[in-house]
Amino acid sequence: MSEGYSFAYLDAATKRMIRRALLKALAIPGYQVPFASREMPMPYGWGTGGVQVTAACLIPEDVLKVIDQGADDTTNAVSIRRFFERTAGVATTTHTQDATLIQTRHRIPEAALTEAQILVFQVPIPEPLRFLEPREAETRRMHALADYGLMHVKLYEDIARHGAIATSYAYPVLVEGRHVMDPSPIPKFDNPKLGDCPAIQLFGAGRECRIHALPPYTRVVSLDFEDHPFEATKAEAACDLCGAETSYLDEVITDDAGGRMFCCSDTDFCAGRRAAGHLGRLSEGAA
Amino acid sequence: MQTQALSGGFADPARDAAHAFRACLQAMARPGRGQPIPGATPPAPLSPAAGAVLLTLVDDTTPLFLAPGLDTPALRGWIAFHLAAPICAPEEAVFALGAWADLPLDRFRLGTPDYPDRSVTLIVEIDSLSPVTARLRGPGIATHQDARLPAIAPFVANRARYPLGFDCYFCAEESLSALPRSTFVEAL
Repeated sequence: MSEGYSFAYLDAATKRMIRRALLKALAIPGYQVPFASREMPMPYGWGTGGVQVTAACLIPEDVLKVIDQGADDTTNAVSIRRFFERTAGVATTTHTQDATLIQTRHRIPEAALTEAQILVFQVPIPEPLRFLEPREAETRRMHALADYGLMHVKLYEDIARHGAIATSYAYPVLVEGRHVMDPSPIPKFDNPKLGDCPAIQLFGAGRECRIHALPPYTRVVSLDFEDHPFEATKAEAACDLCGAETSYLDEVITDDAGGRMFCCSDTDFCAGRRAAGHLGRLSEGAA
Repeated sequence: MQTQALSGGFADPARDAAHAFRACLQAMARPGRGQPIPGATPPAPLSPAAGAVLLTLVDDTTPLFLAPGLDTPALRGWIAFHLAAPICAPEEAVFALGAWADLPLDRFRLGTPDYPDRSVTLIVEIDSLSPVTARLRGPGIATHQDARLPAIAPFVANRARYPLGFDCYFCAEESLSALPRSTFVEAL
């Protein structure tokens, strides 16, 4: 662990400011609390919001897991994990079940979370209405009035144009029947895991200076219509490495002749299944 | 000058505050459930739990209302040294500290429709977190949670204003529980 830094990098005053925002965010689930986001030793877009939330929440006894699109071994995940190994001296893991705090970019792990865990999301654009209404003063007023008609118009236009709600990630949700929230760009496959989750879910948007949160067991409903109900979709395939048919899949191009394979986006889930002897289409020894 | 004002803070500020914040976070995320929060030894009659909440969340950017029962020179000195928080009227308070009966609920900020987060957080001294007097439902609670509250009607009214409202910490010795504005409260 590096000397010369305060525990978990941030100074005490910054941590107090972020902690106050986190507590207000938990008190008003789905509402975006403004906070004075700091520059971090990484560029915006690399998870500065998530890193600040993680730094404010970490205790020395934590076991930290960091995933990027489900993977523990990508650049972003590796560098954030190493950042907290150096500045907080916390233990790290890639196993979802062993982690007490999980920072994630754009996925919720396949393994069910527990009450002992905290999930921290990196958020690029926290405002679900931003691409429909660019003015902050207007979107703020729309949240104040719970005026979410525009969002339903957007989903309706999806149906008019594509025959179905084509939004496949950053799918808007209604929290506790009051605030519409952007669950960060997780695939809509993960939306059902947001509600009634035993773990605390915290969302940090560094560039946009917003924090929002979902306490455990919060009512979270994906917006839809009676005749076009919400559907948690995934690729119609099984993982080619572990054979899982229920996990969210990445499609990987394998050659320039149209060859492709599917594999679990959650690398820990996939590795665990393979270690338990499950085989996929491309596994060695598979028929 | 009392030297008492200089002691009673966190021994290891960064780590102790991190532990205390996790207790605050768990408490606010799971309304009504008690959490241990050791580490602070503020001057009597303030509880160690309330002292830890102050040290973790309050500083020179957050005006603090001190209820009459706690407004002693010893505590003012301790707050000035450890927190540097300005002591203010209820209307300006970001945090308010005191016994339930001493807090003027109708004078605190409850947030605005545009910024419901700009509301007071009450740090309420309570003699014990048991026996339970209320049944809580809402975000953070799987089915229901029973907890001790100093009153019922003010919390029902607070929920009716959602998303505006105040949020509470209840501090007893070295443990605390929380009640955010989102919780539905009924008497047991």
